[in-house]
Amino acid sequence: MELVLSIGIGVLIGSGVWLLFRPRTYQVIIGLSLIAYGVNLFIFSMGRLKTAAPPVLTSGAVANPADFADPIPQALVLTAIVIGFATTALFLVVLLASRGLTGSDHVDGREPSQ
Amino acid sequence: MADDTSLILMVGLPFAGSFLAAILPTNARNMAAGLAGAVALICLCLAIILYPAVAGDGAVHNRVEWIPSLDLNFTLRMDGFAWMFALLVSAIALLVVLYARYYMSPDDPVPRFFSFFLAFMGSMLGIVLSGNLILLVVFWEMTSIFSFLLIGYWHHNAGARDGARMALTITGIGGLGLLVGVLLIGHIVGSYDLDRVLSSGELIRSHPLYVPTLCFLLLGALTKSAQFPFHFWLPNAMAAPTPVSAFLHSATMVKAGVFLMARFWPVLAGTEEWFWIVGLAGMCSFLLGSYFAIFQQDIKGLLAYSTISHLGLITMLLSLGSSLGAVAAIFHMMNHATFKASLFMAAGIIDHETGTRDMRRLSGLFRVMPFTATLAMVASAAMAGVPLLNGFLSKEMFFAETIETHVNSILDTAAPYAAFVGSAFAVAYSVRFIHGTFFGPPPTNLPHEPHEPPFWMRFPILLLVLACLVVGIIPGLTIGPFLHTAVVSVLGAATPEYSLSVWHGFNLPLLMSLGAFVAGVIFFLCLKNYLATSEEGPPYLRKVNGQRIFERIMVAISWRWARLLEGYLGTRRLQPQLRLVVVVALIAATWPIWMQGLALKPPSLAGADPAFVGIWAIAIVCAVTAAWQAKFHRLVSLMLLGVAGLVTCITFLWLSAPDLAVTQLLVEVVTTVLILLGLRWLPKRSAEIVPDSVPLMAKVRRYRDFAMAIAVGGGAMLVSYAIMTRTQPATIADYFIEKAYSEGGGKNVVNVILVDFRGFDTFGEITVLGIVALTVFALLRRFRPAPDSIESPEQQRIQNAHDDAQPDRKVGDTISDYLLVPALIMQWLFPVIIVFAAYLFVRGHDLPGGGFAAGVAMASAFILQYMAAGTIWVEDRLRVLPVRWIGLGILLAAVVGSGSWVFGYPFLTSHSQYVELPLIGAVPAASATLFDFGVFSLVLGATSLMLIAIAHQSIRRLRSARAAAAAEEEAA
Repeated sequence: MELVLSIGIGVLIGSGVWLLFRPRTYQVIIGLSLIAYGVNLFIFSMGRLKTAAPPVLTSGAVANPADFADPIPQALVLTAIVIGFATTALFLVVLLASRGLTGSDHVDGREPSQ
Repeated sequence: MADDTSLILMVGLPFAGSFLAAILPTNARNMAAGLAGAVALICLCLAIILYPAVAGDGAVHNRVEWIPSLDLNFTLRMDGFAWMFALLVSAIALLVVLYARYYMSPDDPVPRFFSFFLAFMGSMLGIVLSGNLILLVVFWEMTSIFSFLLIGYWHHNAGARDGARMALTITGIGGLGLLVGVLLIGHIVGSYDLDRVLSSGELIRSHPLYVPTLCFLLLGALTKSAQFPFHFWLPNAMAAPTPVSAFLHSATMVKAGVFLMARFWPVLAGTEEWFWIVGLAGMCSFLLGSYFAIFQQDIKGLLAYSTISHLGLITMLLSLGSSLGAVAAIFHMMNHATFKASLFMAAGIIDHETGTRDMRRLSGLFRVMPFTATLAMVASAAMAGVPLLNGFLSKEMFFAETIETHVNSILDTAAPYAAFVGSAFAVAYSVRFIHGTFFGPPPTNLPHEPHEPPFWMRFPILLLVLACLVVGIIPGLTIGPFLHTAVVSVLGAATPEYSLSVWHGFNLPLLMSLGAFVAGVIFFLCLKNYLATSEEGPPYLRKVNGQRIFERIMVAISWRWARLLEGYLGTRRLQPQLRLVVVVALIAATWPIWMQGLALKPPSLAGADPAFVGIWAIAIVCAVTAAWQAKFHRLVSLMLLGVAGLVTCITFLWLSAPDLAVTQLLVEVVTTVLILLGLRWLPKRSAEIVPDSVPLMAKVRRYRDFAMAIAVGGGAMLVSYAIMTRTQPATIADYFIEKAYSEGGGKNVVNVILVDFRGFDTFGEITVLGIVALTVFALLRRFRPAPDSIESPEQQRIQNAHDDAQPDRKVGDTISDYLLVPALIMQWLFPVIIVFAAYLFVRGHDLPGGGFAAGVAMASAFILQYMAAGTIWVEDRLRVLPVRWIGLGILLAAVVGSGSWVFGYPFLTSHSQYVELPLIGAVPAASATLFDFGVFSLVLGATSLMLIAIAHQSIRRLRSARAAAAAEEEAA
């Protein structure tokens, strides 16, 4: 489990970083989305991996923490997912506006001179 | 009234008055002046009432705790010295207000002037009454800011703007120095309390940090008092309205510096370093100021340089480290304030009544304004140190002190000669001022016909000049006891015997006075003809100009160096910047691993479910392919990205995070829709047009980027594997799980954390979300698509061409029909999704779900309608009003959060219980549910605002095209 997930995180982040260095805005937005998956999973995995133990209490009695997955990384990642959507939208709009203003979809707003 | 309340009032009233004056209408000249006068009068009365409490080494305290753990308290403290200054500040403020009422033109926004004036007065009173050093620095900086505003009051005048900026820059730098000095003192003494600092003089002087402390503190004092080499801001500040000069440059602003030096005199003075730094600065200012003053043509310029010189005299007296010197310094502070304020006012009257302050053009004004002329003559005689006036007394004390030997050195030996020369110069410029302005032939060719000013404009000068006379003739009976109170509060037990009598017999100081008088008059007579026509500034030294040096430095720092640095270090290209960020992050992560190692466990696939391995194999392939195809096949890349997102979602579900899985799934949907909407506006790019041969440099760049991507990805993999295979230390998670039900009233721990335990974080996060959504909306309002994206997409054109070719079809039929069945299903799904969102929301507190997921679900219901039926159809039938949802969300969250204040709990404390509803049963009704509804509302509003705003762009284009067509038709 751990090995598979960590390889997955590595690939997601690695592909994202590669795209981050590309010159076209669309590549960067896809890259940031890939990195976001990787980072969300990374933060989530800080609570260690547990199957079939969601942090939802079954009764009102005082619960034993060992029976449940760590809720803190989950709470962090939950808001991160939604904020991630918002920043993706913001970046998308900025890239559209930049493309509209400069006529180029290069990240610097103009085609490289070569 | 209790004494300590009076202190608060003295500092607080001016600020309250300043606020009131600021909101008066611009033409309320009399009301603003009345308000300012009343405030100054009350402060003056309070000071007078407080005298018995401070007489004879007493002090009044008022302590309000602020951050006691850092020893920061709002402490006000008035002893005799502070009392003297408070009296001086409020009395001269009162006179200046009266004067300004007549000086200021009704065309100026006078209430603004009085607003700044009162705020400045409050800050100045704050400085003298501060009992805590940090508080003192705060007020100190406030005087810098308000003096900036006052000097730049006539901001349409470039000279005023430059002068104000220069004053702010110089005194601001000094203020920073003062702050550092005060922090050092606090470090040495262990307290910022003025009483404790004043009693730890020995400790501070013997501390290794004494010299830096002294330097920083003096940087503040010398810049504020316009002492050499920081003196040049003062003449430039003369662009201020004259009442400002009369107030700031006689009794307040510049006096703050010498006030500070006198305040810390018992603590810092008496060492060699103090003597050299303070003495040198003082002597240079004293000599240069008085010499430059002679050659000024502007009356206010002359007075400004004379102020520098007199402050230099005070500084010199303080530098000596003898208690008699300190007495003379304190005495001269008062005397200088009285005669200089009256002289500035007289200069203002001359300017006001004749229209010029240039001494080459003025002459013989005695004939037309004898009363003002007499007053000005008496005041300048005090400035020159003529017997029977107050200036004479302190100057005699000054001479007597310089003759004494204190620290055996060149500076000390030179002191009496410097004193003599400087005094002769002072006599020369005083005579010049009187002679050039009031005597000589009758004035001709002046901008205004000169005449006496109104009585009340003269009245403040009259009072001040009377004070000069009375103090000068019977000092022991008038100023004596008050001066003694001030001196005792500074010097304490070290107060020396001193005599204030006018006549001390024939001694050396008297001879020096007489000599200086004669020398000064002769010097003036020699220069008289030269001065009548000469340029501004002393000969030969005109070019050596502090102002010009200052401007050069400013240009070099703020323009040339900045450009140079930007040229070397900056780039406007994004890719190098991103590379830099990634490299720094990589190094920051590698460094500790390198130093400490990761202690990796041997990798094994034991316990891994084959299905889990399978889905991740798919995700990995998809992620890499998405990265590979993002340039030429955007849609493919987006779909592959979606697969990676789905696998992420399944992983969350698999690993016991149902909340995350739900949210991820819903967000995945809206993200895909969002990017799909954006794709339409991007330029076409196909692989075919790219040449086969890639340039070598591009290849190198790609290999380098690839290597970095591998390094970062591999590093992330290693780190996450290392952490996941370690046992988890105890965290606060245990607390949350144990208390979720008993204190949060919910069984879904993640939701309870979000809306209850960490509700404030969530509140911040939804605020960010709302702001981002509004930013997206605002950016799109001004959106202009690139020219090649404006026409309809290729597919639509093909479809329309097909319709056009078929005789039985109308243009647009294909487009409206091709999604008919899915569109109908999507429309039917609308209520279903809304119910689903409501379900997610209601179960959220106890089971996976909650406001975030419900909000996104509801937003996708809306956007689905846009996709199914088109923007125009939906907007004709449905008004979503996302901005209202955003507002409602934030308001609700804030109101629910602050509701707990009513019951005496901290912000966002929640209350929970179950409510029995008919038919439905027990429903959790925690106040956190209301908060969660705020979250829901905001997420719904923000998500739909962003989606709709982008979706809307396609019909804006249609509308503008239609409008253009209509306009064309009309033209035809």
